[in-house]
Amino acid sequence: MIIARVIDNIVATRKHQSHVARKILLLQPLDLEGQDNGDPIVALDAVSAGIGDRVLVVQEGFSAMTSVGRPNSPIDASVIGVIDLVELA
Amino acid sequence: MYLGKVVGNVVCSVQDESLTGRSLLLVQRLPNGPVVVAIDAVGAGIGETVYICRGKEASFPFLPTEVPTETSIVAIVDPSSK
Repeated sequence: MIIARVIDNIVATRKHQSHVARKILLLQPLDLEGQDNGDPIVALDAVSAGIGDRVLVVQEGFSAMTSVGRPNSPIDASVIGVIDLVELA
Repeated sequence: MYLGKVVGNVVCSVQDESLTGRSLLLVQRLPNGPVVVAIDAVGAGIGETVYICRGKEASFPFLPTEVPTETSIVAIVDPSSK
Protein backbone atom coordinates (compact mmCIF):
# COMPACT_ATOMS: atom_id res chain seq x y z
CA MET A 1 0.00 0.00 0.00
CA ILE A 2 1.08 3.56 -0.56
CA ILE A 3 0.25 7.01 0.76
CA ALA A 4 -1.12 9.55 -1.72
CA ARG A 5 -3.03 12.81 -1.91
CA VAL A 6 -6.30 13.18 -3.82
CA ILE A 7 -5.72 15.85 -6.47
CA ASP A 8 -8.83 15.57 -8.65
CA ASN A 9 -11.98 13.69 -9.55
CA ILE A 10 -12.05 12.01 -12.95
CA VAL A 11 -15.20 12.16 -15.07
CA ALA A 12 -15.54 9.49 -17.75
CA THR A 13 -18.80 8.99 -19.57
CA ARG A 14 -17.55 5.95 -21.48
CA LYS A 15 -16.05 3.43 -19.11
CA HIS A 16 -16.16 -0.23 -18.22
CA GLN A 17 -19.42 -1.09 -16.45
CA SER A 18 -17.56 -2.09 -13.28
CA HIS A 19 -16.46 1.56 -12.88
CA VAL A 20 -20.00 2.94 -13.15
CA ALA A 21 -21.37 4.54 -9.95
CA ARG A 22 -17.95 4.52 -8.31
CA LYS A 23 -15.97 7.68 -7.65
CA ILE A 24 -12.79 7.79 -9.72
CA LEU A 25 -9.91 9.70 -8.16
CA LEU A 26 -6.65 11.10 -9.49
CA LEU A 27 -3.97 10.62 -6.84
CA GLN A 28 -0.48 11.99 -6.36
CA PRO A 29 1.75 9.46 -4.56
CA LEU A 30 3.68 11.00 -1.64
CA ASP A 31 6.94 10.28 0.12
CA LEU A 32 7.31 10.26 3.90
CA GLU A 33 7.97 14.01 3.91
CA GLY A 34 4.66 14.56 2.16
CA GLN A 35 6.33 15.60 -1.08
CA ASP A 36 5.22 14.42 -4.52
CA ASN A 37 6.77 11.09 -5.44
CA GLY A 38 6.29 9.97 -9.05
CA ASP A 39 3.51 10.38 -11.59
CA PRO A 40 -0.18 10.55 -10.66
CA ILE A 41 -2.25 7.36 -10.58
CA VAL A 42 -5.97 6.61 -10.97
CA ALA A 43 -7.93 4.64 -8.36
CA LEU A 44 -11.54 3.90 -7.48
CA ASP A 45 -12.79 5.15 -4.13
CA ALA A 46 -13.99 2.79 -1.38
CA VAL A 47 -14.16 5.31 1.48
CA SER A 48 -15.64 8.57 0.10
CA ALA A 49 -12.34 10.45 0.05
CA GLY A 50 -12.28 14.03 -1.23
CA ILE A 51 -9.86 16.37 -2.98
CA GLY A 52 -6.96 17.27 -0.69
CA ASP A 53 -7.30 14.21 1.55
CA ARG A 54 -4.22 12.11 2.31
CA VAL A 55 -5.23 8.53 1.64
CA LEU A 56 -4.16 4.89 1.82
CA VAL A 57 -4.06 3.17 -1.57
CA VAL A 58 -3.87 -0.51 -2.53
CA GLN A 59 -2.30 -1.33 -5.89
CA GLU A 60 -3.11 -5.02 -6.06
CA GLY A 61 -6.03 -6.27 -8.09
CA PHE A 62 -7.88 -8.60 -5.72
CA SER A 63 -7.76 -6.12 -2.84
CA ALA A 64 -8.78 -3.23 -5.07
CA MET A 65 -11.75 -4.90 -6.71
CA THR A 66 -13.14 -6.48 -3.55
CA SER A 67 -12.85 -3.21 -1.59
CA VAL A 68 -15.17 -1.50 -4.07
CA GLY A 69 -17.46 -4.53 -4.34
CA ARG A 70 -16.71 -5.34 -7.97
CA PRO A 71 -15.09 -8.79 -8.19
CA ASN A 72 -13.58 -9.98 -11.49
CA SER A 73 -13.34 -6.44 -12.82
CA PRO A 74 -10.55 -4.43 -14.46
CA ILE A 75 -9.65 -2.52 -11.29
CA ASP A 76 -6.02 -2.52 -10.09
CA ALA A 77 -6.06 0.29 -7.50
CA SER A 78 -8.44 1.64 -4.87
CA VAL A 79 -8.49 4.09 -1.99
CA ILE A 80 -9.18 2.17 1.22
CA GLY A 81 -8.51 4.74 3.93
CA VAL A 82 -8.32 8.44 4.75
CA ILE A 83 -5.16 9.05 6.78
CA ASP A 84 -5.37 11.14 9.95
CA LEU A 85 -1.81 10.77 11.14
CA VAL A 86 1.49 9.15 10.19
CA GLU A 87 3.96 8.67 13.04
CA LEU A 88 7.59 7.93 12.25
CA ALA A 89 9.64 6.30 14.99
CA MET B 1 -4.45 2.53 -13.10
CA TYR B 2 -3.04 5.66 -14.70
CA LEU B 3 -3.90 8.35 -17.22
CA GLY B 4 -2.63 8.22 -20.77
CA LYS B 5 -3.14 9.65 -24.20
CA VAL B 6 -3.83 7.49 -27.24
CA VAL B 7 -1.06 8.26 -29.73
CA GLY B 8 -1.40 5.49 -32.31
CA ASN B 9 -2.42 1.96 -33.05
CA VAL B 10 -0.78 -1.37 -33.80
CA VAL B 11 -1.82 -3.94 -36.39
CA CYS B 12 -0.66 -7.57 -36.28
CA SER B 13 -1.33 -9.83 -39.25
CA VAL B 14 -0.36 -12.84 -37.15
CA GLN B 15 -1.61 -12.80 -33.57
CA ASP B 16 -3.15 -14.87 -30.80
CA GLU B 17 -6.65 -15.79 -31.97
CA SER B 18 -8.19 -14.21 -28.87
CA LEU B 19 -6.91 -10.86 -30.14
CA THR B 20 -8.98 -11.09 -33.34
CA GLY B 21 -11.21 -8.05 -33.64
CA ARG B 22 -9.57 -6.27 -30.72
CA SER B 23 -8.04 -2.86 -31.08
CA LEU B 24 -4.37 -2.50 -30.07
CA LEU B 25 -3.61 1.11 -29.19
CA LEU B 26 -0.42 2.93 -28.31
CA VAL B 27 -0.89 4.90 -25.10
CA GLN B 28 1.57 7.38 -23.63
CA ARG B 29 1.42 7.74 -19.88
CA LEU B 30 0.68 11.30 -18.73
CA PRO B 31 2.31 13.66 -18.17
CA ASN B 32 5.62 12.39 -19.64
CA GLY B 33 5.75 8.63 -19.33
CA PRO B 34 6.58 5.73 -21.61
CA VAL B 35 4.39 4.43 -24.42
CA VAL B 36 2.73 1.03 -24.00
CA VAL B 37 0.48 -1.10 -26.19
CA ALA B 38 -2.96 -1.58 -24.62
CA ILE B 39 -6.06 -3.48 -25.70
CA ASP B 40 -9.11 -1.26 -25.95
CA ALA B 41 -12.20 -2.26 -23.92
CA VAL B 42 -14.28 0.91 -24.43
CA GLY B 43 -13.89 2.15 -28.02
CA ALA B 44 -11.17 4.77 -27.56
CA GLY B 45 -9.63 6.65 -30.48
CA ILE B 46 -6.42 8.48 -31.29
CA GLY B 47 -5.98 11.73 -29.36
CA GLU B 48 -8.29 10.80 -26.51
CA THR B 49 -7.29 10.84 -22.85
CA VAL B 50 -7.95 7.47 -21.25
CA TYR B 51 -6.99 5.48 -18.23
CA ILE B 52 -5.37 2.10 -18.23
CA CYS B 53 -5.72 -0.93 -15.98
CA ARG B 54 -2.58 -3.01 -15.46
CA GLY B 55 -1.86 -6.61 -14.58
CA LYS B 56 -4.06 -9.70 -14.59
CA GLU B 57 -7.08 -7.46 -14.06
CA ALA B 58 -6.49 -5.98 -17.52
CA SER B 59 -7.87 -9.15 -19.11
CA PHE B 60 -11.14 -9.11 -17.12
CA PRO B 61 -13.15 -6.85 -19.49
CA PHE B 62 -12.95 -9.60 -22.11
CA LEU B 63 -14.16 -12.53 -20.00
CA PRO B 64 -15.07 -15.29 -20.64
CA THR B 65 -12.42 -15.00 -23.38
CA GLU B 66 -8.99 -15.13 -21.75
CA VAL B 67 -7.14 -12.43 -23.63
CA PRO B 68 -3.37 -12.33 -23.04
CA THR B 69 -2.90 -8.70 -22.02
CA GLU B 70 -1.31 -6.79 -19.16
CA THR B 71 -2.65 -3.35 -20.10
CA SER B 72 -6.19 -2.42 -21.11
CA ILE B 73 -8.00 0.85 -21.72
CA VAL B 74 -10.99 0.81 -19.35
CA ALA B 75 -12.33 4.38 -19.60
CA ILE B 76 -12.24 7.50 -21.76
CA VAL B 77 -11.80 10.65 -19.68
CA ASP B 78 -14.27 13.40 -20.59
CA PRO B 79 -12.60 16.42 -22.23
CA SER B 80 -14.11 18.64 -19.53
CA SER B 81 -12.29 16.62 -16.85
CA LYS B 82 -8.55 17.11 -16.35
